Amino acid sequence: MAGTAVLGRLTWLTADVSAVTAETSRVRTLSLDVPDWPGHRAGQHLDVRLTAEDGYQAERSYSIASAPGDGVALTVERLDDGEVSPYLVDDAREGDRVEVRGPIGGYFVWDGDEPEPVLLVGGGSGVVPLMAMARQRARVGSAAPMKLLLSSRTIEDVIYREELEALSGGGFEVVHTLTRSQPPGWGGYSRRIDSELLAEVAWPASESPRVYVCGSTRFVDAAADGLLQAGYDALWIRTERFGATG
Amino acid sequence: MIGTSELRLDGNAIGGLLLELFGAELTAAPCVCAGCGAREEMARLDVYVGAGIVVRCRHCESVMVRIVQGQGRTWLDLSGAASLELG
Repeated sequence: MAGTAVLGRLTWLTADVSAVTAETSRVRTLSLDVPDWPGHRAGQHLDVRLTAEDGYQAERSYSIASAPGDGVALTVERLDDGEVSPYLVDDAREGDRVEVRGPIGGYFVWDGDEPEPVLLVGGGSGVVPLMAMARQRARVGSAAPMKLLLSSRTIEDVIYREELEALSGGGFEVVHTLTRSQPPGWGGYSRRIDSELLAEVAWPASESPRVYVCGSTRFVDAAADGLLQAGYDALWIRTERFGATG
Repeated sequence: MIGTSELRLDGNAIGGLLLELFGAELTAAPCVCAGCGAREEMARLDVYVGAGIVVRCRHCESVMVRIVQGQGRTWLDLSGAASLELG
């Protein structure tokens, strides 16, 4: 449970960018070297603070993509009118220094020792904390069945596409839906997530699954409503909404 | 143009600020609404972030917490929260 104990007055930590990896045309993963990092749990996030030369500061929250014990990696989507994400996606390079505060969150977390089947529902970059959970499952050898339902605009917008394919099997399954356009011969879903789609994909309510939903407010509300219609208990569903400013 | 519903986040969004203010992880902390008595974890409450932060009960929509920061000071109004349980 590192990172959830009382930390005292939390301070900002210095973080150096150690690697950058393009995920899609709008999304990039930054590996951070954080010397005083206390460790994190799958699903947690951190705050990034940038300071301009004139002292102006901007901070935003980003989900941690890496599994616990595997360093600190953030996967960030560029929001064109954002204050922080354009720098992180377009400009940050190896050796750059930022400040981080975290890890944050004790609710939207999955540690890998929970026995229930897990349903992960992600919209766009909402997949990031869910990816930390999928990586954690592989890392600890969890036997809990895990299914990821991932909604993306196009096949090119699917974050972690190759790694998700590689993780599939052995009780981990990925179901894609592409809402804007689909490649020729596409065999997955082709529409926004609705109650009918969720009823087809989700574990039966009789299995009392654990559910993690992450995406925009509109996406999260639609997914949560659909799951309630499918007979899920509201207490099984953990949600995390991200804002429209980045 | 961002609609009002898109401005509605949840308690996860202020986890970092709460960690700084209270020195403790609070997104999983149960909070009781002074308006209707509903008990929910902070992460399950509705949060609106603007010039200040407003936390509302997801059941009766009463304002439970207000946070305003400026000039190095933080103003915290917890009058709408009957209790806040720290683990």
